[in-house]
Amino acid sequence: MNIPMSDFLLLSPEIFLLSMACIILVVEAFVGERQRHISYTLSQLTLVVAALISWNMLDTERAVVLGGTFVHDPMAALLKASIFLVVMGGFVYARSFHTSKGGLRGEYYVLGLFATLGMMVMISAHSLLTIYLGLELLSLSLYAMVATDRDSARGSEAAMKYFVLGALASGMLLYGMSMLYGATGSLDLAEIAAALTAMDEKSMVLIFGLSFIVVGLAFKFGAVPFHMWVPDVYDGAPTAVTLFIGSAPKIAAFAMTMRLLVESLGSLSVDWQGMLVILSVLSLALGNVIAIAQTSMKRMLAYSTISHVGFLLLGILAGTEAGYSAAMFYAITYAVMAIGGFAMIILLSRAGYEADTLDDFKGLNDRSPWFAFMMLILMFSMAGVPPTVGFYAKLSVLQAVIDINMVWLAIVAVAFSIIGAFYYIRVVKLMYFDKAESDEPLTANPDMQIAISLNGLLVLALGIFPGGLLALCSRVLA
Amino acid sequence: MMDMSILSWLIWLPIGGGVALLVMDTLGNTACRQTALGISIVTFVLSTLLYTHFDAATALMQFQENIPWIGAFSANYHLGVDGISMPLIILTTFTTVLVVLAGWQVIRNKTAQYMAAFLIMEGLMNGVFAALDGVLFYVFWEAMLIPMFLIIGVWGGPNRVYATIKFFLYTFLGSVFMLVALIYMYLKSGSFSILDFHLLPLTMTEQVLIFIAFLMAFAVKVPMWPVHTWLPDAHVEAPTGGSVILAAIMLKIGGYGFLRFSLPITPDASHALDWLIIGMSLIAIVYIGFVALVQQDMKKLIAYSSIAHMGFVTMGIFLVFTLLDNSGSMQGASLGMEGGIIQMISHGFISGALFLCVGVLYDRMHSRQINDYGGVVNTMPVFAAFMVLFAMANSGLPGTSGFVGEFMVILASFKANFWFAFLAATTLILGAAYSLWMVKRVVFGDIANDNVRQLEDVNAREFVILASLAVVVLLFGLWPAPLIDVMHASVDNLLAHVSVSKLPAGETGVALLNAVRP
Repeated sequence: MNIPMSDFLLLSPEIFLLSMACIILVVEAFVGERQRHISYTLSQLTLVVAALISWNMLDTERAVVLGGTFVHDPMAALLKASIFLVVMGGFVYARSFHTSKGGLRGEYYVLGLFATLGMMVMISAHSLLTIYLGLELLSLSLYAMVATDRDSARGSEAAMKYFVLGALASGMLLYGMSMLYGATGSLDLAEIAAALTAMDEKSMVLIFGLSFIVVGLAFKFGAVPFHMWVPDVYDGAPTAVTLFIGSAPKIAAFAMTMRLLVESLGSLSVDWQGMLVILSVLSLALGNVIAIAQTSMKRMLAYSTISHVGFLLLGILAGTEAGYSAAMFYAITYAVMAIGGFAMIILLSRAGYEADTLDDFKGLNDRSPWFAFMMLILMFSMAGVPPTVGFYAKLSVLQAVIDINMVWLAIVAVAFSIIGAFYYIRVVKLMYFDKAESDEPLTANPDMQIAISLNGLLVLALGIFPGGLLALCSRVLA
Repeated sequence: MMDMSILSWLIWLPIGGGVALLVMDTLGNTACRQTALGISIVTFVLSTLLYTHFDAATALMQFQENIPWIGAFSANYHLGVDGISMPLIILTTFTTVLVVLAGWQVIRNKTAQYMAAFLIMEGLMNGVFAALDGVLFYVFWEAMLIPMFLIIGVWGGPNRVYATIKFFLYTFLGSVFMLVALIYMYLKSGSFSILDFHLLPLTMTEQVLIFIAFLMAFAVKVPMWPVHTWLPDAHVEAPTGGSVILAAIMLKIGGYGFLRFSLPITPDASHALDWLIIGMSLIAIVYIGFVALVQQDMKKLIAYSSIAHMGFVTMGIFLVFTLLDNSGSMQGASLGMEGGIIQMISHGFISGALFLCVGVLYDRMHSRQINDYGGVVNTMPVFAAFMVLFAMANSGLPGTSGFVGEFMVILASFKANFWFAFLAATTLILGAAYSLWMVKRVVFGDIANDNVRQLEDVNAREFVILASLAVVVLLFGLWPAPLIDVMHASVDNLLAHVSVSKLPAGETGVALLNAVRP
């Protein structure tokens, strides 16, 4: 096969990321304990450059290359750039986490880069095979990351659960893909779409395949009833890993859903719309209600993720351009909020002690008014209270849902977000109204402090001027 | 018109000042207090420019600012005031000055944050009154909850956490349904402009649903019976300043919402369902009046009295349809609505003043129980004079601003229905009973105990606060014309608007109207 050079240009973020990840892997093997920061610095540089490359490709025309397995479009460029940014933030927080645990862990960054590469592949996949390839690269890296804390029983248990359930879900997805292949005779997303439109009647095997694919997607999102792994994995994994799992992969899962359900199975939208309605209503209900009962911050955020996924799915099921761009906005802004929320846990942690219970947030306003304020912004943003970005995410999703005459669904969604508001403002209550259990001042690296401040201020700034990002999200889909 | 961005200044100056206070936290409490006072006074002076440059002859929005904000929703940063919102903005800026003064000595814990919260609150409330864009309005409306949540929770009384979470969730519950309604109308009209919503034709079913969504938001805020239960808790636990802002301004936002949204956007549904609002208002007036009578806690008593008085506001506003049907004249209908608006403003001053009075006592005795007091007049004669005056105003004594609004609403209800008027007028008796009985037990009589014996009379700061409120209460009581004049054109315009049906041709809404009328 003769592949023109220009095709490789479209792959430049992935190629660059892959080469750098390999280089860092080698460097990591040779540097001593004292030079561990080298791999961290290299990783961050890699991400900066990759983000710039992706950002510059924002206006490049859509093109399908490499024999129909890889697609570049503006949506991919935007999602990739935002994943790079989120991962960068995540690495800053992770470094602080590892420093407080004694010593940097190079493998975290290498695995993180490979996981990021997997997400890139998922975003740009144009064939069932590529999607699966990207998904497995991401998942395998994540399984290993969860297991990095090998002496911790909870960590190993979480990794095991994640792996077993993840493998099951991958199997489901693969099974669904095989049925799809059987029904349409192609792995290429565009050809599948064309075959479906040409079909007069939808065969049974197609609907079966679709169901399995939706199950696989729901698992990756953590939507109810395929959410069982989320709280345990979030809770058991080291916080640095939790914040990685809880943020960027949601953006990738959104992209995968767009490629699979919208681009290739768009003509079956009537069928998957109903499935997504059930998934999203259940996620909203269960996530918001169970989160109230949590005493661990990580578990609370895990259930909160589930409820946010419910909201995100609402945007996708609307099946309109406005809905997709709302869901995209939701995914990106949620990732930004989520890393901020988990970063606060890292910020409060001290050597040998992880501040992952809600009580650890007591009296934060007395200990550090500034970081209490940042957490306040993040919590109100997750609750969807203006003037934070979480409000516009909800607003645009609701707008898309009401636009397709599903007002009842919008009312269900807002009703559950009232319930959800309770556990977010409970965190604010703990920080502002309760007395601190210890008045130790916060000790964190300056770069960690700066990153959290930027993170919180970004959530606020996007809440006051959301227009730019909203416009960008709808532009890349147009 | 002069400086076109005066409304923006009124919003962003206090918010910016509040943020600055948070940053200069370390400078010490005195500096923070002085800065807060300076900013609030400047804001108040700026807001008086609204009054002096206001053109009372037109019902159009004035001091308009309109710049694109969020392209994706075609939402604009659109501000403007008319005769209904302008007085409320001045009420806000005026009250904030008093609130900053009231917290001067009492608040020693996190003073900078306290002052900042009130300044930010002021900016947001001004934003609510000035916003002419649905998204902008909703942003200010919801953002307002955050500082208030903290004010009650951080500086409040012993049961503050329960009270503030109840307050937050109640208000949040009401407003999210309003959001759904706003989005629905945006999708129909293609813009979030409130003025476009006013002109949007809607079928009866749509109107009824939108009306109910708005009702949930505004009824909680007013608060109307039966969703009033958050208010006594919030008032009792809030610090004095928080109670004042709640009673004087936040409750008015509910009434303002009816005038700006419910009536003009859903006139036919408002017409069909006015019995519901009037019924709820009458229950609030009579039943809550009785509840106030038996309260032992002064703040709770004033809180319940606020609910009863706000019942007057909502009744006055929704009497217009009966009046229009009965007489067909705009003149009579405007009486009820203007009475309702005047009652809002006047209640802002009076309830604020009463909460400040309780605050003065509480700062000295650390008790709000009526039983702990008695004979305060012997040790605090100046204070007693003020408290008696405000209690009289609260019960609607002629010559005070409390009389004007109540009188207009009762007069209007007489024209509408004798029984409305009969029930509404009982509030004059009940209001006098609970207000004066409280005064009798707290202020008059022999000195009850040693704590009262050691009380010191108001200091200069407290005197200034109470005296300025007393002046306003008497001024609008004796000469309400300046207030009525500015709102006249806007009220007439609103009435003309609601008297025209918005239903699409062919649908009269009669079937539904008959179905929902009891």
